[in-house]
Amino acid sequence: MANLSVKDVSKSFGGLMALDQVNLEVTAGAVHAIIGPNGAGKSTLLNCFVGRLKPDTGTVMFGDQPLLGLPPHRINQAGVARVFQTPEIFEDLTLVDNVMIPAFARRDGAFKLNALPSLSKQTDVRDHAEHVLEDVGLADSRNAIAGTLSRGDKRRLELAMCLVQDPRLLLLDEPTAGMSRADTNNTIDLLKKIGERGITKIVIEHDMHVVFSLAHRISVLAQGTVIAEGSPDEIKGNPKVQEAYLGGTH
Amino acid sequence: MAKFLRNDLVVLAIFAVVVLAMPIWLQPLGAGYPDLLQRFAIYGIFAIGFNILFGLTGYLSFGHAAFLGVGSYAAVWSFKLLSLNVIPAVMLSIVVAGLFAAVIGFICLRRSGIYFSILTLAFAQMSYNLAYSVLTPITNGETGLRVLRADPRVIDGMLGVDAKGVLVTDLFGISMSGYSGFYFCAAMLIIGFFFAMRIMRSPFGMMLKAIKSNQNRMSYTGFNTRPYALAAFVISGMYAGLAGALLAATDPLAGAERMQWTASGEVVLMTILGGAGTLVGPFLGAGIIKYFENIFSAFNQQALNQAFSFLPEWLQDIVVGVISPFVGEGWHLTLGVVFMLIVIFLPGGLMEGFRRLGRLFTSGGNGPDRRKAASPAAQPQAAE
Repeated sequence: MANLSVKDVSKSFGGLMALDQVNLEVTAGAVHAIIGPNGAGKSTLLNCFVGRLKPDTGTVMFGDQPLLGLPPHRINQAGVARVFQTPEIFEDLTLVDNVMIPAFARRDGAFKLNALPSLSKQTDVRDHAEHVLEDVGLADSRNAIAGTLSRGDKRRLELAMCLVQDPRLLLLDEPTAGMSRADTNNTIDLLKKIGERGITKIVIEHDMHVVFSLAHRISVLAQGTVIAEGSPDEIKGNPKVQEAYLGGTH
Repeated sequence: MAKFLRNDLVVLAIFAVVVLAMPIWLQPLGAGYPDLLQRFAIYGIFAIGFNILFGLTGYLSFGHAAFLGVGSYAAVWSFKLLSLNVIPAVMLSIVVAGLFAAVIGFICLRRSGIYFSILTLAFAQMSYNLAYSVLTPITNGETGLRVLRADPRVIDGMLGVDAKGVLVTDLFGISMSGYSGFYFCAAMLIIGFFFAMRIMRSPFGMMLKAIKSNQNRMSYTGFNTRPYALAAFVISGMYAGLAGALLAATDPLAGAERMQWTASGEVVLMTILGGAGTLVGPFLGAGIIKYFENIFSAFNQQALNQAFSFLPEWLQDIVVGVISPFVGEGWHLTLGVVFMLIVIFLPGGLMEGFRRLGRLFTSGGNGPDRRKAASPAAQPQAAE
């Protein structure tokens, strides 16, 4: 198992300092939450991990492999999967296709020209995909077109697409945003269940209920810097955090 | 039925029978003559290949006629230098068009969307103009490249085959004009169709559909999307090269006008008209466009007057006056109107129309089966 270690990562957009010397150490197997007010730089930080953005300075190491500068597909092949804030799925394809595709990525690598074998003979991949769909509770609609799903179900599908790859590090960008309380609780249960597999997880979340029921460690980001880090209890009691974020609302 | 159609060999057999029997069932429609039938098969190949890039992968190339032209030139060169036999010509054309597509695709695929389309258009127009100017030693410029009696034809020479009389291409002695030419094109079409079907139903085809659906997700899922798109581009270029070779095989003359942007646009129309992303749609679109091109462009004022001679004279004049801009030279107007209607009302092309009709029948006939009937229809690519 590998740690994710982030050292002195800075990123500015024009004059705006989105990330300012961010340091983060995520222990293998842990659930690490990143919280902070809107515009604190949480999604920017995640974008730096998966190759969507290149930071101005700093390093991101996954185990002994540097992630910065790698294209997104190489980062994924290194074992990093991501759930996006707005679900990124294959809207025109069926659910089972959506989950089979990432399974092929894990089996065949970044490129393989297998144009002649029939898809219907790839039973191992299909079985695996259906099994994971069952895990996230979408097995009944496996032949539906993904674009017709509700927003909550799309998130669960995207999660299935990540899980089928057995990632070593899973990045979750607001996995419960826009969900009903019942759906949120289902998702928490689901994430707890997959937590037992020992996948390292980084969760960005606004919903404190989700954060405190899942996270082992919490980092608080405000205006591009980490202002506090600790266990959930420490964070709850930290006056700086109260001021910057929890403040009036909780 | 849908399950039945999922078996590759069944689909191939049905397709082969329909294609090979075209001289029979197209007879009553006035299209049962070899020249037109050859065109159906050749442009069917062109459209089926184009569909792999456009329909599956979602990259709209506006320059595929360049590969058609390159295929034609390569074939005529094979007739000049190697043999009048069509087999080496077809093989050479596919290889040359594939190499050409690899180079152009490598450059154009650095961009996507409209910029990709513009780049392909630019390359095709460049090839077209070069064929007329700088490349005249290879293309013979405006005259077009032709087979001459004085050409070396190395293989024919070695085998002692001597072309007698008119120079015609052949397949081991069978002349490639008329019906034998059509059957050769039809055989190539069936082979091409088979490979397209295998590609569509393979993991590779699934990746191409996924690229069309959400390229971003593909990257974050661990796929390097560029080689996938390039492979699709090269494969469709090879199909275009094959079509070009067959054009040259049935009429051994290659001219630069085959590379013009109108020819590139035509294959886009064929694919969309029939149904982009479907298996038989592009072939259907190609057939319909070539058929109507033939029928409508043959009509003239006189034929119209004759057709409406049963009407009173004043009415006849009005009707003929209204219809005449749409036929003969103006048949492109008809094509334009039909194309607009399709894009507005049936964006999935004719195949979507058939699907809707099919659904109407299955769900209209027996109410309780409505849900069952809807579920296979929800998987458009699986059924046809």
